[in-house]
Amino acid sequence: MSEFLAMGGHAAFVWPSYAVAVGALVALAAVSLRQWRAAKAEVARLEALGPRRRGGGGA
Amino acid sequence: MDGNAAPRGRSLHRFANPGRFMRLSGAVLPWAAALGFAVSAVGLVWGLGFAPRDWQQGDTVRIMYVHVPAAWMAMGGYLGLAIASLMSLVWRHPLADIAATSIAPVGAVFTAICLVTGSLWGKPMWGTWWVWDARLTSVLVLFFLYLGHIALTSAFDEPERAARPAAILALIGAVTLPIIKFSVDWWNTLHQPASVTRFDAPAVHVDILWPLLIAGLGFLFAFAAIVLLRMRTAILERRARALMLARAAETRAPEVVPA
Repeated sequence: MSEFLAMGGHAAFVWPSYAVAVGALVALAAVSLRQWRAAKAEVARLEALGPRRRGGGGA
Repeated sequence: MDGNAAPRGRSLHRFANPGRFMRLSGAVLPWAAALGFAVSAVGLVWGLGFAPRDWQQGDTVRIMYVHVPAAWMAMGGYLGLAIASLMSLVWRHPLADIAATSIAPVGAVFTAICLVTGSLWGKPMWGTWWVWDARLTSVLVLFFLYLGHIALTSAFDEPERAARPAAILALIGAVTLPIIKFSVDWWNTLHQPASVTRFDAPAVHVDILWPLLIAGLGFLFAFAAIVLLRMRTAILERRARALMLARAAETRAPEVVPA
């Protein structure tokens, strides 16, 4: 196990590479999901305000 | 579906009802996201824990399993951005414009991953974090093109008006793609030449090729999932804008329909 973690003495380069990739992608997905929720709530709010416009199209 | 969504304010209400895209993408997205997560995990764990170490590079070769798929996404993403931009310019299809806007930040993140992991690989193998050679510099230019596209599209209050200049920027920038691809052949560089995408068989062993291709496939699914999510968000944001403008017009001048 410790041999695996040591990465043949290159742990300081191998592990950060994976951490950067996973961290950046998870952060991007989280931000994108938050923007999606905000947009959905905003459309719902506006549609509730003005019932004269037909609905549909939303998700 | 489009029955009463007549395009009144020339461009605004076209966005009000891209119902088919919303339905289709809503069905595809959970699968793309799940596959993106699972397949990437398989590829990365395989590369990190089970793929053989390189006889020259030792364990640093494992950085390849994030670096190379990220580079594929960086370039493939830009190709997608350029194609969407072309379609936006030629057919004026709003979904093409939305696709371009949604691809840019995702491509930028993958390009950043490619640059950072390349640097982390370069230090132990080349003895330097960075060299200003053709391959590294052209990928940095690609990163700045993505950032430029994001800056340009977010500089306009009305996203529809950014479509044209952003598309032109994306198409001019596409010249970097062949430069990146062939930079390792045209100029002397520390960067190794292509070993997977060659005209003859790949120059890497299957024990390395499989985890690499699986990680690449996983990244592709993840890329698609995030782009779809962002496209759906952009559609709702434009819809919210259209609703808000319609309300504002109505409360200000109830009898007048904006031409």
